[in-house]
Amino acid sequence: MRHRPRGENIIRFDSVGLRYGLGPEVLQDVTFALPSGSFHFLTGPSGAGKSSLLRLMYLGLRPTRGRVVLFDRDIATTKRYELPALRRRIGVVFQDFRLLDHLTALDNVALPLRVRGVRESEIQKHVPELLSWVGLADHLGAKPSTLSGGQKQRVAIARAVIGRPDLLLADEPTGNVDDTIAMRLMYLFEELNKLGTTIVVATHNELLVRRFAHLPRVHIEHGMVTKLREQTEPE
Amino acid sequence: MFGRHSDLPLTGDATSRFLPWLVALMVFMASMAVAGAFVISGIIDRWDHDVSGTLTVQVLPAGGDHAEAATDERVRLAVEVMRKVPGVLMVKAFDKKRTLALLEPWLGGTDVVQDLPLPRLIDVTVDSSIRLDLAEISERLSHAVPGASLDDHRVWLSRLINLSRTMQWLAVVVVLLIGAVTSATVVYGTRTGMAVHHGIIEVLHLIGAHDDYIARQFADRAFALGIAGGLMGLGMAIPALTAIGWAARRLEGGFLPSLSLSILGYVSIGLLPLLAAGLSMLTARLTVHGTLSRMP
Ligand SMILES: Nc1ncnc2c1ncn2[C@@H]1O[C@H](COP(=O)(O)OP(=O)(O)OP(=O)(O)O)[C@@H](O)[C@H]1O
Ligand SMILES: [Mg+2]
Repeated sequence: MRHRPRGENIIRFDSVGLRYGLGPEVLQDVTFALPSGSFHFLTGPSGAGKSSLLRLMYLGLRPTRGRVVLFDRDIATTKRYELPALRRRIGVVFQDFRLLDHLTALDNVALPLRVRGVRESEIQKHVPELLSWVGLADHLGAKPSTLSGGQKQRVAIARAVIGRPDLLLADEPTGNVDDTIAMRLMYLFEELNKLGTTIVVATHNELLVRRFAHLPRVHIEHGMVTKLREQTEPE
Repeated sequence: MFGRHSDLPLTGDATSRFLPWLVALMVFMASMAVAGAFVISGIIDRWDHDVSGTLTVQVLPAGGDHAEAATDERVRLAVEVMRKVPGVLMVKAFDKKRTLALLEPWLGGTDVVQDLPLPRLIDVTVDSSIRLDLAEISERLSHAVPGASLDDHRVWLSRLINLSRTMQWLAVVVVLLIGAVTSATVVYGTRTGMAVHHGIIEVLHLIGAHDDYIARQFADRAFALGIAGGLMGLGMAIPALTAIGWAARRLEGGFLPSLSLSILGYVSIGLLPLLAAGLSMLTARLTVHGTLSRMP
């Protein structure tokens, strides 16, 4: 894990706008910055643009206007062949998991290491370790279709963190699980955050947001960032 | 190349079913064209050897009052024309006495023969390393000197050689077309595969895979399919060529030179599956790179 001084911005948006095709702008004039080592909620009603904002952050989309600066690099002027190196510093838990159905849990979690060209012996050592840490030691060879929603979610989270990312983006990671598991996942994220990973969790689960009231919050509504609750020390 | 790790489930794709058969057919047809080109090349070499070395120009005797002098003049002109041809080393006209001496065994040495209007012969030595267009020379000669002509049989052979060379080029064009069709099919198959596995490709892309990581998986698959198909095509071509060669040997003798294939010919045909697989691999790789370059 790279050590960055706390407070330096890991990502910054300047008047960012986004539209899909010729449709209306789903994000308008979005301006904010996330300090390195912070932990934010991204909240807002369904359809507000949370997933779209995350998509811009993990470089799955280019903004139609405005400026995105990620790891001190202006994305608009970064060469295409340099982007994979930036993407490898980001772990993403997709809203719909996006596990590869034909691969086992182990191979799914191994993917970020494989694309980096990590040796197979390393993979066979670290991946089972992480999977047992998220409680899936008995499901290393299971295909996603045989796993429950919560188990799939944990595979997705393991895949997002196996590469020790500097930035972890989680889209509704507690959507498919009961409250106990949701709480455990949040504690897991807090652990990672203490180790230095900057974290953004998108959710519309108000209960969860209230339980973790000490976490700052980026609120988005009608495509505009309307509220930014400042970080407070955990009570 | 094989056994390399792959994250994409490409083995079940439709391409896996039709590409090997297409490549097999293409390699079979390319084998025929290449074999044809090599056989023709062998024949040309043989004929080329026959027509190189020496040529004979025949000059018909002129009529009229000063027949003898006019014929001498024609011979002199013909010699001059032949000397100007590039690749001609020596031109030697036989005078009337030499001609008579040559004809003596057939006509006898009587005085009657002396007065016969006999054609004159000119012996031409040519550089055998240079290929002469005899048809063209013959045309120029008969145009410049009335009654002068090149030895017929050789001119005809020369025309045949020109025709054979055209057929050789045709074989080359056929092989190139086959390559283009194979490439186009691989492009289509790869694009289809990419559309089918779009979701997986996007995930690989988003977790930081370089384009080549994805392209390599398609390329490896295309190579494997190309080799399988190519070997199948070769398996069909070798018996077919052997059968044709066997049938040709039975017809052989007389005018047709040997139709058998040289070692180089067999080696070239043996390399065709590898060539087809390499082409498939390269095409798949470039196609994936082209498509991925449109992703953010
Ligand atoms: N691929 C797409 N093409 C066109 N429009 C899209 C696309 N993805 C999202 N949108 C539109 O953009 C807007 C924001 O969608 P987004 O998925 O970002 O919302 P969200 O806040 O994540 O919602 P949810 O809480 O339901 O996940 C919506 O109006 C949606 O219809
Ligand atoms: Mg969403």
